[in-house]
Amino acid sequence: MNVFKYCNPKRFYYAVGRKKFFEFILLAVFILFFYGPLMYMCIMAFGNVHEVPNVLPQEWGFKWWNFVFAQKSLVSSIFQSLLIAVITTVCSMVLCIPAAYALARFKFPGRKLFMLSFLLTNAFPKLGIYTSIGVLFYKYGLMGTLPGVVIIHMINSMMFMVWLPCSAFQSVHKQQEEAARDVGAGPIRTFFQVSFPMAMPGIVVATLYTFLGSMEEAQGTLLVGLAKIKTMPVEMFGIILDYPGQAGAVFAILLMIPAAVMIFAMRKYIGPEAIAGGFKMK
Amino acid sequence: MAERNVKLEIRDMTKRYNSNDGVEHINLKIYEKEIVTMLGPSGCGKSTILRTIGGFLDVTSGDILIDNQSIINLPPEKRPTAMVFQSYNLWTHMTVYENLAFGLKLRKMPKEQIKKEIDKHLALVSMQGFEKKYPAQLSGGQQQRIAIARSLLLKPSVLLLDEPFSALDAKIRQQMREELKKIQAELGITVVFVTHDQEEAMALSHRIVVMNKGKFEQVGTPTEIYDNPKTKYVASFIGEMNFIENGNQTIAVRPEDVEITSESADIQGTIRTIMVLGHYVEINVQCGPIVVKCFVDREVAEQYATGDSVHLRFLKKHIF
Repeated sequence: MNVFKYCNPKRFYYAVGRKKFFEFILLAVFILFFYGPLMYMCIMAFGNVHEVPNVLPQEWGFKWWNFVFAQKSLVSSIFQSLLIAVITTVCSMVLCIPAAYALARFKFPGRKLFMLSFLLTNAFPKLGIYTSIGVLFYKYGLMGTLPGVVIIHMINSMMFMVWLPCSAFQSVHKQQEEAARDVGAGPIRTFFQVSFPMAMPGIVVATLYTFLGSMEEAQGTLLVGLAKIKTMPVEMFGIILDYPGQAGAVFAILLMIPAAVMIFAMRKYIGPEAIAGGFKMK
Repeated sequence: MAERNVKLEIRDMTKRYNSNDGVEHINLKIYEKEIVTMLGPSGCGKSTILRTIGGFLDVTSGDILIDNQSIINLPPEKRPTAMVFQSYNLWTHMTVYENLAFGLKLRKMPKEQIKKEIDKHLALVSMQGFEKKYPAQLSGGQQQRIAIARSLLLKPSVLLLDEPFSALDAKIRQQMREELKKIQAELGITVVFVTHDQEEAMALSHRIVVMNKGKFEQVGTPTEIYDNPKTKYVASFIGEMNFIENGNQTIAVRPEDVEITSESADIQGTIRTIMVLGHYVEINVQCGPIVVKCFVDREVAEQYATGDSVHLRFLKKHIF
């Protein structure tokens, strides 16, 4: 009858018990922090006029969506981003997967230390690495070029691309490879038809990280790309500075689409266990 | 016996690991349609020999020949052998059918023929109807059946089995053992089998190679090895055996070769325990510091009780 009567916190507290009550509060706060900004971004993207003291836009509409799609540079940046992400992912796979396989199969002294060294690129403030890399890049003419940006993106993804496939390869038993050799497959066929498909879940997760990481990378792209390589995140910097927040919100939603599509397509392979499994050091 | 063809020959083969253990100066001839078992405790080198035959280990020196052709320079995929491992034989991302077809496809066999062959071999291992299942959906015994079928499909000159049943339950192990023997007789294939289970070796083999610390202790038929063990080690490893120290020699007697009598005989003692084990009875007799185990018929056992003073006669004995 009276819905509000049952929403009384005191009534709720005694109804569900103390432990459950605090769990509920914690969950509510977490959801607010987690999804709040996201929701607000979606609201903002559909506000034609939105002045600061107001919580909600004064006028709703698609004005900024039209604006974003009218910008030629914005649309081209989407393709630029996709292109770089694809190249980065492919190059990273070609380079890192054989390395991961070698690390999984051959035990050599200092192997663990070598694995941990991949953490180093993630341990420093990235800006320091980019500036020092810049010196090298100027020397070899890589500044402001696509290969230069791809290399930067690959450095960021190295850790995932080696660690995750490495532990995936370790879960393939030696006998399974030997059995393939035994029935007549050479070493290369054995790798591509037995080891690689069996390690697929770990490789897919790593590939996804690399792709998404490349899609959202802005710092390094901006510094090494010298504003000549305009990916979506780089464009976004400009938009946030020059236009009202709504344009940025629209753009952010557009940036989310490829990530959401990828995650949905690969949902079978992604899960807390798959990710946690990749970080086991054996 | 008719002249038999040598299928597999190991000539003065040595395989040494970095840690300096391994096998040395191995010489063995295995004949066509024969099951030869390498028997020994873990680490005795039996798997090492099998893996050198399969091509998964290089030999340090010596030669291995199949049908008089040296195979030591061939990689595993080029050897006319097929191997079944203890576990993890199957590729988990492929169905049973794909697992079986993998090797045949590499041999460019036409599709219809692949299907015919697979049907035939699935029937051979009593696994019809499992084509579409994934290995994870099968029990351990079923997985090993498929692994054996996959090896047999390739019509190998020699089938290598590396403790294929040791991960299975005792009951299924016995059943698989019997089936393997039946299949081997049907196909007339040459088999090298590795196990640490002496009962399995006795049941399956035409000949047994008893190994210890990288060396052959004895090679012979199961009855030869059981009845006439050449060394004390073989005597202790195969079947049950009583060892009686007598000065500087050891007398070895099987429990079934001990007769309990009231007249004066080889040794005297008092009955410690009497245990009925089905169709026969185990009687343990305390003879000074040692306990002698005797297997006797139930009728005989009924004449005795715990604590009786008895004499034991050794009907058949080995002296080392």
